[in-house]
Amino acid sequence: MEKAIKKWWPLFVLPTMAAFAIGFLVPFVWGLYLSFCNFTTINDAVFTGLENYVMAFTDPSSVFTHALWYTALFSALSTVIINLLSLTVAILLVRGIRGTNIFRTVFFMPNLIGGIVLGWLWQVLINGVLEKYGVTIVTNEWYGFWSLILVMTWQQLGYMMIIYISGLQSIPEELSEAASIDGANAWQTLRHVKLPMLMPSITICTFLTITNGFKLFDQNLALVGQNSPNSQLMALDIYNTFYGRTGWAGAGQAKAVVFCIIVVAIALIQQKLTHSREVQQ
Amino acid sequence: MKKISALILALALALTCVSFASAETGSVYYLNFKPEQAQQWEELAAQYTKETGVPVTVVTAASGTYEQTLQSEIVKEDAPTLFQVNGPKGLATWKEYCADLSATKLYENVKSDDFVLKQGEEVVGIAYVIETYGIIYNKDLMAKYIALENAKIKDVAEINTFDTFKAVVEDMQARKDELGIVGAFTSAGMDSSSDWRFKTHLANMPIYYEYKADGIGDTAAIKGTYLDNYKMIWDLYINNATCAPSLIGAKTGSDALADFVLGEAVFYQNGTWAYGDCINEGMTDEQLGMLPIFIGVEGEENQGLCTGSENYWCVNKNASEEDKAATIAFLEWCITSDTGRDAIANKMGFLTPFKSFDDGYVANNALIAAADEYIAGGKTSVSWNFPTMPSETWKNGVGVALLNYAQGTGNWDAVVTAFVDGWAAEAAAAK
Repeated sequence: MEKAIKKWWPLFVLPTMAAFAIGFLVPFVWGLYLSFCNFTTINDAVFTGLENYVMAFTDPSSVFTHALWYTALFSALSTVIINLLSLTVAILLVRGIRGTNIFRTVFFMPNLIGGIVLGWLWQVLINGVLEKYGVTIVTNEWYGFWSLILVMTWQQLGYMMIIYISGLQSIPEELSEAASIDGANAWQTLRHVKLPMLMPSITICTFLTITNGFKLFDQNLALVGQNSPNSQLMALDIYNTFYGRTGWAGAGQAKAVVFCIIVVAIALIQQKLTHSREVQQ
Repeated sequence: MKKISALILALALALTCVSFASAETGSVYYLNFKPEQAQQWEELAAQYTKETGVPVTVVTAASGTYEQTLQSEIVKEDAPTLFQVNGPKGLATWKEYCADLSATKLYENVKSDDFVLKQGEEVVGIAYVIETYGIIYNKDLMAKYIALENAKIKDVAEINTFDTFKAVVEDMQARKDELGIVGAFTSAGMDSSSDWRFKTHLANMPIYYEYKADGIGDTAAIKGTYLDNYKMIWDLYINNATCAPSLIGAKTGSDALADFVLGEAVFYQNGTWAYGDCINEGMTDEQLGMLPIFIGVEGEENQGLCTGSENYWCVNKNASEEDKAATIAFLEWCITSDTGRDAIANKMGFLTPFKSFDDGYVANNALIAAADEYIAGGKTSVSWNFPTMPSETWKNGVGVALLNYAQGTGNWDAVVTAFVDGWAAEAAAAK
């Protein structure tokens, strides 16, 4: 048996590898190459060296630096809020209260709606409320900011909740039992028993929320659109650079590469930080 | 392993056969820009296939995503054979992809070279629809206003300068309860479904007058000579509308249309393409009129409506010879056959620049009729200069500044900066 696997593993890996190569590796390498080219479509690229990177950082209209800190702030804040809330909800929903399944379903549902649709729906709702005060979501960047936080929390809470629930359920009963015999109260059990055991889930959830925050695009586009450049996150700024001028697709591509490096670096640091606190059962 | 490679080979072979088979007769793939006419194009394509056997595929890009769709479609094996650009700036992006159309019946039929895009001697783009915009007004409400005591005008023809227009608008706004309206103007929505009416179409007015005064047709540095006039008309729009100026950031194109068709507003800046929407919502031909956009420039009594095109057909140079021939044949059929002309003029409601439509195929569109009246009355049409705007980024910059000014988070100087300095910066940045 083992011998057969050794011999045949390339065949079993093939479908996944093919999908990974087609869907990720090839576009990624191609995209990297395009960031050094002048192009209209991906087939007519002409190599121009670092020109695009120079353009990207000297873009006369760009809000790239604003977008950078605005995105970082959004990402940090949404990570904290989403994880705190979803963990709270998860803890409440593993207690076996009546209607647990209904609650879990309801909290999870917003995830099933596409980002653009969700953005439009919330834009109408939020503008409807703000109209009473004579302002709109694009009046200044903070209306857009808090709307984004609200929408993203609403959407991602359920998804993170599911991960936390499964994490909580996988903690062996004996541990909580032993803790209570030793006289630990609920808070102490949570702090010193459950949270350390939950670290793998926390690693996953913080990773997802941080990267989602950074690469958020569709909700941003639908909620604030083009007329509030100060509420634009990095992904939308890249999109605008790409399509905003004739001959600037390469500069947009260069920004995307810079952006990618930043997000990968942050995600790696986060992984290292939370991973080191995971405990083995 | 052998079996699998054999299977893959067989599949690859089958695929090449399929692509060869379609290449022999040639086929047409039209990437359509106008969602309003998507269905009519599909019907026309089906009819052509039925008559000639040549397959015609029509794909319509979602509103506002044409460039993106074209960019990804054109690199495919089955790329669009027929696509469109919006004018000189669009052509700059796609010039490597446009075939020469000078030896076609299409070009033979064009009434003047004003309607084609040239690259040296080559004709690379041909306009297929001429459109007109201005201030659409509700004739019933206008008549009701004129009937009021002390109305500022006795006849709508008296509105031939900005000052008269302003007096009428402000009087209407003041007496909105008597008229049963919410505001003189529909909301000047700055949502992306509506903001192009102001950052592109309205911005054409100061550009037109500046080009005219300087005797030029394009520039790398706009001076902004007529920006005070731009401010006057923008102030008029936002201060006499169905909503407070601070709320326009949330208003959409549909909001403005609703204001107009429900009779809550008298004036609605838009163009001949809005005819279908107005009729579908229950308005009648008798209710629709169109006024020029007066901005208070000397001699504007003779100004007409804004007429031009930003829809040029281009045939994909990189398509196979058969497909190119098939595409040109399809277009020639569209503008010369009875079926094609009927569909374009009557079903799509397009006014075309082609001679072949002169014998009886004139669009039945009250707004086009209004435009024709101005031309017949000896008024000078305002040309469309917005295709010379340096980039989308420039338009966005002006849009943002207009919005900030309206909602009180910015001042007019920012609009001037975005307009003048932004133009120079964008013209320098564009390649």
